Amino acid sequence: MSVYGLLSKILMVAALVSGAAFADAPKRVVSINLCTDQLALLLAEPRQLISVSRLSHDPISSAMVDQAIAIPSNRGTAEDIYLLKPDLVLAGTFSSPATLSMLDRLGVPVEQFAPAYSVADIAARMDQMGIALGRQVETQDQIDAFETQLESLRSQMQINPRAALYYANGYTLGEKTLAGEILAHAGFQNVAKEAGLTSGGTLPLEQLIMLQPDLVVTGTRYPATSRSEEILDHPALDAIRRANRKNLTDRDWICGTPFVLNAIQDMRDAHQEFGPSK
Amino acid sequence: MRYLRLFIILCTLTSVLFIASLLVGPANVGVFDSLAALWSDDTNPLQLVMYEIRLPRAILAVMAGVSLGLSGAALQGYLRNPLAEPGLIGVSSSAALGAVIALQTGIAAQFALGLPLAALSGAVVAVVLILFLAGPRGGSLTLILAGIAISALAGALTSLVLNLSPNPFAVSEIVFWMMGSLTDRSMIHVTLALPFMILGWVMLAGLGRSMDALTLGEDAAESMGIHLTRVRWQLIIGVAASVGAMTAVAGAIGFVGLVVPHILRRFVGSRPSHLLWASAIGGAATVLAADIAVRLILPDRDLKLGVVMAIIGAPLFLHLIYQNRRDVV
Repeated sequence: MSVYGLLSKILMVAALVSGAAFADAPKRVVSINLCTDQLALLLAEPRQLISVSRLSHDPISSAMVDQAIAIPSNRGTAEDIYLLKPDLVLAGTFSSPATLSMLDRLGVPVEQFAPAYSVADIAARMDQMGIALGRQVETQDQIDAFETQLESLRSQMQINPRAALYYANGYTLGEKTLAGEILAHAGFQNVAKEAGLTSGGTLPLEQLIMLQPDLVVTGTRYPATSRSEEILDHPALDAIRRANRKNLTDRDWICGTPFVLNAIQDMRDAHQEFGPSK
Repeated sequence: MRYLRLFIILCTLTSVLFIASLLVGPANVGVFDSLAALWSDDTNPLQLVMYEIRLPRAILAVMAGVSLGLSGAALQGYLRNPLAEPGLIGVSSSAALGAVIALQTGIAAQFALGLPLAALSGAVVAVVLILFLAGPRGGSLTLILAGIAISALAGALTSLVLNLSPNPFAVSEIVFWMMGSLTDRSMIHVTLALPFMILGWVMLAGLGRSMDALTLGEDAAESMGIHLTRVRWQLIIGVAASVGAMTAVAGAIGFVGLVVPHILRRFVGSRPSHLLWASAIGGAATVLAADIAVRLILPDRDLKLGVVMAIIGAPLFLHLIYQNRRDVV
């Protein structure tokens, strides 16, 4: 069982027992963003969350598909949301502005969450969610548990192999991103920095080859084919990664939730293969 | 003598552009280091970049250019109309539709030849439709109108197929299929498309004598022993095989088949047979130049080849329509 999996189950049982929410806590919460879905699934009282976004039912993107599947999904349109009669809508800061302004006109309260750009942002988003849902006490327990786990996973490694995060269309993520911090936390250097990229950006395949990373970390493939993902099968990429390739589980990396601990654990396992003597 | 000189000039231009294409790329490497890597035996990253990324890209540019230039010249020679071009008459977009269907249904994943074969089938449908609608004389109005309709329908169906795909990246690839790009292609794509393209080139190159005869009119051509039905089928299969295979690996690149024969026509006189080979080599030079341009203009974005070609080609197309106005109305 994953590090975080067991923990979250224990906490969920504890949350069930601890009972009553604050008096003014929202009772019909609708979430329309994959990441707010997961934070709400972790922190809400049972039956407080009445709908999640459709992406949460997709096992490739959602780290909590088992829990999410029990809750009806919405398509994130204003009409869809309004008919659910929510007293709180959880959205991302990049959710469709047209939808959000429509909800505003209809008088539906909306709480927006910025994406987590770093591991440190995770606790902040959890805290924001706890306040929005009126579940501060339970949330603080989860934040404490998360931070303890995170500290225990911090890399003490002497060697720092050079890794590249490489996605469809030659997209890479630098150190100032959540995925970049996951990589750093597990003791890797990010070659995107050598190419002058600190946040996200396109790293041409040629440049990646010339950088010769020790490890190329690629995403899970989506169903059906796309030309965008063909770059991940390019013979030149195959040649440099031979043994050193790793398919990461995207869903643990996408959102700033405690599931990031699983991603760090996976990368630490990958780090072991480089051994202490190298 | 005059043709020999043109041949040498075009070949030199193409060779220079081919080498230039090998030297342009986001990895900043010196000219001599890059070229030396092509002949070195030890495996190093630079050699990998040259052999697996830049060389296939340059080769594909040549293949695409030859296919498009040759197809454009052949269509124009047969229809005796300078507006005929695989992109404008809907052959490229129909080939793209075939390719997209093969990719999204999984046919291409099951057997490799499924992709070029499906694109070829799409192209055949478009060429047959065009020849049927435009008739042997190839009137400009019917040609352009039929081309618009076929392109619009094939483009819409391509978008539909990509929108239906469960893959989240598929929708953004509509641009690739409509505009074409050679970014990050590999030798796999070269070997996949080459056999079909060679078949197409051989068929189109064999049309030279018939096209010269056709300049005298169909009756005269027939009396000279030209078998018109056979010529038509040779054209259909030749254009479909070369443009279909090209589109399957590089997307639809427009206007090459329009611009190249137009520029070269004055150098070969009124001999369609000479225009064929000249347009083939000229097409290769044009696509190589356009592909170098997209990398120089926006090095870190994947600017589509069709964008550059349309900026050059569309004004010329308008100019040709203006010239042919009387004929069109």
